[in-house]
Amino acid sequence: MNPKLSNRIAITTLYVIASLIVLILAALLGYIIISGLPALSWHFLTSPARAFTSGGGIGIQLFNSFYLLILTMLISFPIALGAGIFLNEYAKQNWVTSLVRTSIEILSSLPSVVVGLFGFLIFVVRFNFGFSILSGAFALTFFNLPLLTRSIEEALAAVPDEQREGGLALGLSKWETVTHIIVPAALPTILTGVILSAGRIFGEAAALIFTAGQSAPALDFGDWNPFNISSPLNPMRPAETLAVHIWKINSEGIMPDAKAISSGASAVLVISVLAFNLLARFIGRRLFKRFTAG
Amino acid sequence: MLINPASTHQDDLWLERHIVDPSQDNRQPIILETKQLHVYYGDNEAIYEGDLKFAEHQISALIGPSGSGKSTFLRSLNRMNDGVARVAGQILYRGVDINRPEIDVYEMRRRIGMVFQRPNPFSKSIYDNITFALKRRGVTDKKTLDEVVETSLKQAAIWDEVKDQLNKSALALSGGQQQRLCIARAIAVKPDILLLDEPASALDPVSTGKLEETLTALKSNYTIIIVTHNMQQAARISDYTAFFNMGRALEYDKTSQIFTSPKVQLTNNYVAGDFG
Amino acid sequence: MNSKLQKQLLKRSKAAKIERLGKGVSFLALMLIVLTVFAIIIFVTSKGLSTFFSNHVNVIDFLTGKNWNPNVTNAKGQPEVGALPMITGSFVVTILSALLATPFAIGTAIFMTEISPQRGARILQPVTELLVGIPSVVYGFIGLTVVVPAVRAVFGGSGFGILSGTFVLFVMILPTVTSMSVDALHSVPRYYREAALALGATQWQTIYKVVLRAATPGMLTAIVFGMARAFGEALAVQMVIGNAALLPTSLVSPASTLTSVLTTGIGNTVMGSMQNNALWSLALVLLIMSLIFNLIIRLIGRRGAITK
Ligand SMILES: Nc1ncnc2c1ncn2[C@@H]1O[C@H](COP(=O)(O)OP(=O)(O)OP(=O)(O)O)[C@@H](O)[C@H]1O
Ligand SMILES: [Mg+2]
Repeated sequence: MNPKLSNRIAITTLYVIASLIVLILAALLGYIIISGLPALSWHFLTSPARAFTSGGGIGIQLFNSFYLLILTMLISFPIALGAGIFLNEYAKQNWVTSLVRTSIEILSSLPSVVVGLFGFLIFVVRFNFGFSILSGAFALTFFNLPLLTRSIEEALAAVPDEQREGGLALGLSKWETVTHIIVPAALPTILTGVILSAGRIFGEAAALIFTAGQSAPALDFGDWNPFNISSPLNPMRPAETLAVHIWKINSEGIMPDAKAISSGASAVLVISVLAFNLLARFIGRRLFKRFTAG
Repeated sequence: MLINPASTHQDDLWLERHIVDPSQDNRQPIILETKQLHVYYGDNEAIYEGDLKFAEHQISALIGPSGSGKSTFLRSLNRMNDGVARVAGQILYRGVDINRPEIDVYEMRRRIGMVFQRPNPFSKSIYDNITFALKRRGVTDKKTLDEVVETSLKQAAIWDEVKDQLNKSALALSGGQQQRLCIARAIAVKPDILLLDEPASALDPVSTGKLEETLTALKSNYTIIIVTHNMQQAARISDYTAFFNMGRALEYDKTSQIFTSPKVQLTNNYVAGDFG
Repeated sequence: MNSKLQKQLLKRSKAAKIERLGKGVSFLALMLIVLTVFAIIIFVTSKGLSTFFSNHVNVIDFLTGKNWNPNVTNAKGQPEVGALPMITGSFVVTILSALLATPFAIGTAIFMTEISPQRGARILQPVTELLVGIPSVVYGFIGLTVVVPAVRAVFGGSGFGILSGTFVLFVMILPTVTSMSVDALHSVPRYYREAALALGATQWQTIYKVVLRAATPGMLTAIVFGMARAFGEALAVQMVIGNAALLPTSLVSPASTLTSVLTTGIGNTVMGSMQNNALWSLALVLLIMSLIFNLIIRLIGRRGAITK
């Protein structure tokens, strides 16, 4: 074939493919939002789910998702920060470090069902935490740690070495320099990474169905004592999240309005993840400005 | 331009060297001295003859072609090369060998501070840049801190320019101001010796002039060792000058001597602009 | 010698203590992650092996058996735990979705880096990032409400099956493979293109003969990465594949994957029972496959590094 012609054909094809991808996303988002919007209402967002009749909401699941997210971050952020600092600031290039890096890579590529099953085995069964927020938070921590560690490490690596030397030359320890100068300087990037991983956690279900459980017992939103069984803050209660709820009602739900509820819940889930994405961009840019001038 | 110790060490011995002891012609005591200093990056020996003595309250300049080992030498003096290079030999600071593993490097670096080629203020306010290290050392009294900020900034000759904006981010300052802030930051912890590695190379001529004034003024309180590529600068501000070439200090003498009648041929060539 | 100074310089400063503590603590944090990985591998392996050691199932029978029915004992007096249907299911959906996604992903990546970098950065990059962000249950739900009925309408039957699973996974891995391919293309030096264009090659010839060749290892990594994701994806697939533990005979009949059987099964079996152990063996297969994908990515990386 004539090279000019084949060039024309190839480039046209590429345009078609690229447009198709945009179309797929537009269709997906459009479908989710359009089919979900009619279901969205204050009542839907705040009232508990119903098992057999229509008119249930996602209030408890929504709360559970956020609570689990916060708890997971509280557990995983310090660990990821410590690990990221060690990897970027202290680790020498030797076989131990490459073993460590390999294991982090393995963890990040493990199917989340496997992570969930491990969480089930250890926390639900061995430690006897049962199906609980705590078990779920630990499972999500494993799921979250590798990516968060890597993003923190990259954020630290992007801070120029001159900043480190500046601290060391004043007689400060490396640790003080890193925690007081390097980490603050990397904060916008770190925060962006945290929020992006929050989006991932928020939508995760496979690691939770056998750890945080698939039921959402009624909560008493007037009781904030974490030791009471019906308190929303009780970390030992089973807690079906929004993502798990969508899976659950589509696999075995028998309420008449299962489809409307899943549509609404999917819309909420996707909108939340979008919001996390936008927030990450916004905060990254905003803090970056504040740190570089003014 | 790395030295291969095995092959060149012997061949280079014919090279003349001329190293003086500044305490001989100058009543100041020696504050810092290197003995049998060797610095290795992996298998490469970057410094293999750098035995020099520095007298108190003097400015000593280190000059020499690129890659001759000036930075390597300077950074070894307060062990900024720890973990990067292997430094053998003795570094005597007021008679105490600080190149030993038992030495607390943090206390030592508090006394032997360093300012770098590229200004590196922290992304904090001007005030916090100065007080940061003190706060980490447990100084919390607001009045003491205020005082230190004022005196350090005054000594670094930048007080007048920033006194009304101490809470502004240090990154908003000009390059020259940032560099003087870094000097102020370094002297805020009351060091004994200041090491500077080409502190003016990223600055414009006006800022450079100011920086040189600052350094000359600091001489009465600190001992200064400065690496510079700028021959005029070395001539203007330093009392003693060391000429480095290929990992050795070839000549070390009074600055006036080095720039008017050097004793070593290579120094003469370099100062006259014949190479480098 | 100045003994007072010597003493001051030999005393361990606060900074030295903080340094030791900080370094130790951050090392522990890192070790915690490593420990977790080892624990996961060890626990899943030991649970997964109990089918073979405690329940004396033959490994070969497990891997090649066509009947999955842990409650029933066969003629040999052993439980029927043939995992071949699920293993086949997992591989078929993985390979088909990767085959489908590859041209789209690479095409898009080429468009983003070579044809219209501006539109790539402004439109397509956010699009791929958003697609990555959509949770897998949402993909599963859309699969269930859109893809399955569509397949049913076109091919008849229930609509559940490998084809629906493939479509869902295709959309799920598309953004990952795309963005990794973009990285691979970006790492091809500018002058490769300039040299080819200067020799009179058309843009497509340059892309096809020069750029794609140079980026091949990176794109292979992207594809294997996508396959690893597809292989391990659980809920989205489970929602559309039909969950029949039968050896797939057609693309539109209900089938199952390792992950789908796991998600539906674990909750319905008793810990330590034969049925439960058999499920853990499936998890072990998943784990091993994940490690193998990892290894392949590493090998490609090493190859690519040498030839570059
Ligand atoms: N971190 C390092 N790792 C390995 N080799 C290094 C390192 N830093 C410097 N070197 C080598 O050591 C030798 C001396 O370098 P050094 O930076 O001390 O020279 P310099 O006199 O300061 O040069 P310049 O005037 O360009 O700053 C050079 O050959 C250089 O390549
Ligand atoms: Mg230098």
